[in-house]
Amino acid sequence: MALITFTDQGLYCETGQFYIDPWRPVDHAIITHAHSDHARWGSGHYLCHHDTLPILRLRLGNIQVQSVAWGEAVYKNGVKISLHPAGHIIGSSQIRIEYKGEVYVVSGDYKTEPDGISGSFEPVRCHTFLTESTFALPIYQWEPQETMFNKIGQWITKNQQEGKTSVLVAYSLGKAQRILQAITPITKNIFVHGAIWNTHKTLQDHGIYLPDVQKVTPDIPREKFRSSVVIAPPGATESSWMKRFQPFSSAVCSGWMQVRGNFRRNNTDAGFALSDHADWKGLLSAIEATGATKVFVTHGFQSVLSRYLNEKGIEAAEVKTAYGEEETISLTENSDEL
Amino acid sequence: MKAFASLVQLLGNATGTLEKLNALSHYFSTAHPKDRVWVIAIFSGRRPKRAISTTQLKQWCIESTHLQEWLFEECYHTVGDLAETIGLLLPPTSSTTENLPLHYYIERLIQLQNEDEEEKKKFIINVWKELGKDELFVFNKLITGGFRIGVSQKMMVNALAKATELDASLIAHKISGNWDPQTISFDQLLLHDHGNNDDSKPYPFYLAHALDGEPHELGEPSEWQAEWKWDGIRGQIIKRKGTHYVWSRGEELMTDKFPEYSSFINSIPDGTVLDGEIMPAKDGQPLPFSVLQTRIGRKTITKKQLVEAPIAFFAYDLLEWEGKDIRHVATGERRALLEDLITSIQHQPNIFLSPSIHFNNWNELISIRENAREKYAEGLMLKRKKGPYQVGRKTGDWWKWKIDPLTIDAVMIYAQKGHGRRSNLYTDYTFAVKDGDKLVSFTKAYSGLTDKEFAQVDAFVKNNSIEKFGPVRTVKPELVFEIAFEGIAASNRHKSGVALRFPRINRWRTDKKPDEINTLDDLKQLLAVYGK
Repeated sequence: MALITFTDQGLYCETGQFYIDPWRPVDHAIITHAHSDHARWGSGHYLCHHDTLPILRLRLGNIQVQSVAWGEAVYKNGVKISLHPAGHIIGSSQIRIEYKGEVYVVSGDYKTEPDGISGSFEPVRCHTFLTESTFALPIYQWEPQETMFNKIGQWITKNQQEGKTSVLVAYSLGKAQRILQAITPITKNIFVHGAIWNTHKTLQDHGIYLPDVQKVTPDIPREKFRSSVVIAPPGATESSWMKRFQPFSSAVCSGWMQVRGNFRRNNTDAGFALSDHADWKGLLSAIEATGATKVFVTHGFQSVLSRYLNEKGIEAAEVKTAYGEEETISLTENSDEL
Repeated sequence: MKAFASLVQLLGNATGTLEKLNALSHYFSTAHPKDRVWVIAIFSGRRPKRAISTTQLKQWCIESTHLQEWLFEECYHTVGDLAETIGLLLPPTSSTTENLPLHYYIERLIQLQNEDEEEKKKFIINVWKELGKDELFVFNKLITGGFRIGVSQKMMVNALAKATELDASLIAHKISGNWDPQTISFDQLLLHDHGNNDDSKPYPFYLAHALDGEPHELGEPSEWQAEWKWDGIRGQIIKRKGTHYVWSRGEELMTDKFPEYSSFINSIPDGTVLDGEIMPAKDGQPLPFSVLQTRIGRKTITKKQLVEAPIAFFAYDLLEWEGKDIRHVATGERRALLEDLITSIQHQPNIFLSPSIHFNNWNELISIRENAREKYAEGLMLKRKKGPYQVGRKTGDWWKWKIDPLTIDAVMIYAQKGHGRRSNLYTDYTFAVKDGDKLVSFTKAYSGLTDKEFAQVDAFVKNNSIEKFGPVRTVKPELVFEIAFEGIAASNRHKSGVALRFPRINRWRTDKKPDEINTLDDLKQLLAVYGK
């Protein structure tokens, strides 16, 4: 019996009687990180990292949840469970499970370059590794974070010179906090959409250091936004919510911006290929560092990565999951924030 | 090269026409004059002959990156653009080398046409090592062609007008026709009065907007001239100093493709320019567009083809007469001159007057229009008798008034990722109709959905794939679409036995289930009615 099997509810450890990032309600769920495709509503009991806890509460409400530190061992029916930094977003963790000497690691989402706020990805030795594959194609080679931050900074400066507001589009959990590091050296005049504000405030209250930002509310006069930086979630750019920032220039921060076609579909003025996922080389080096002899490839370019690994002599197979629907927050859900 | 790369970048990123126009006119005011000429050439489809094949580019990239061929193909299908794929796969360069001008690279590429493969490879791989990411992309694009960044002829003309302070319609005329970007200078092309020296030069075509409302809104019917809107190739025939030239609307010189026209060209006096339709026709009767398709694209034309697919010219306008540009003369008067000319040579077998349609009131014309398809016409053209012949697409004096397309309900069975703006998104679909309990594919269609709908269908494809054949996914036959098309012809190249003219998605029939789609018999009936 394999330690982890793939069921309609999610990744299941029968020996330990728990699921990892289940997409249907179960009794026991271990959560890699708080993005909505990994942390879903309805389970009886949750286990996650300390820094994932506040966001999980914010998003899932009153739940029964236990949180742990990285490296801290928890046992369930004799299965040893520990969480290790995945470097994806704040609190994001790989899940290591061990039973009778056999080790599995579930990566969740991860990136190998340290970003300053999410913890540094830690390769964990294992026999079987479950890896994501969001950007598993060699066309995805990220430029260093510092280079991207400089580009974002230059873009903001240029907008300021032209008297424009800079609207940066970023996922409300993860990217929105990460890019603050690119903005604060240029300006302290930062506004955020209500959805991002909630996350920001929750993390600050939890004791995570983040620079202060202001929430965009209807009563703020338009002049206040002039030459400022606004962080908005995807979806907001196509709504009338944006009108108040005119004149503005907008940019999407996402790994998808690496390919021109994706950028051009967006109808924004700029695109920065800044990703919270590992690029091709990052995936390969992470997989190699685990020493795993068996790899299961989940959400993304599964077929490419598993074929590549098989040709390299690492046994690999594709797994269909319900992950990979990246967070998009529709504005109607947040209309009370406007 | 940096300036050109950033121009392409700006044009690609610009979200508005004004921004594009400013970027272009800035380039035309500041770039090296030789580079300006090349940019006009490239953006108007005058790219030099391809010196290096895409297969070679692909091969050399695979060698440089040590990637497996299948992995390269996966990347290419995701990016949807070869030049960009290569740019993304090559290792990043430090890009500090000197900034050589655009024309240096183009001239080297032209030289390479006559050199051996070893020389070509050496040059390309060297450039790949030297150029930064953005420059690398445009360099590769120079080889593979087709920038597709939404620069219309009109926009380029306006940008040049802004940069040179010349009149836009004058520029449109000057940059049309035959000129060689290798030998002509920017000043010679635009500023010097050399226009009349080039006898082949066509006039910019006047293009019509579609009439969306009712013709009644155009006012008095007597002020308008109606003609069939033909389904051929819009063309100009020029006769100057004893020689003739045939230009397509795409500004392609097609003189040699239509030897039939030599039969009447001697009857046309020097200093004449005709605007009309290049059309397949027998004894003056138009034939379907599919007949013309057998002729275009062929380099040599056999006697058999001349018999089986005869091409005629249906003239509907006269732009130059007795060596004078008469485009400012009213349409009605030009028409009278044209009628005199064509009537005087009507005994020739390959030139006809595109008839003007007599009508007394709009309602009468509405019912005449219903018969367009039987005439192999797409509908009607309405031209204001008092109007001049304008430049480009202008509202007001000319309207195209097409008949409603034919439609059929079909189910999507295959999907493939698109290119350019639609890369990494399943936007190219194949559709099928029912044949008993089987499905028979009959057409592809690439356009007609909104970005939002494409995103929804893309998500459906990703979650409902049955099989993958290279870039093509077989999907669960579940989504029903209404396919619109302009014509139908018999074809032995397609399983269904039919080929459609200009198929596109008319709408997504979310209200219909796959078992409610049309059948192969329905298609065959359409073929019987409209396909002969």
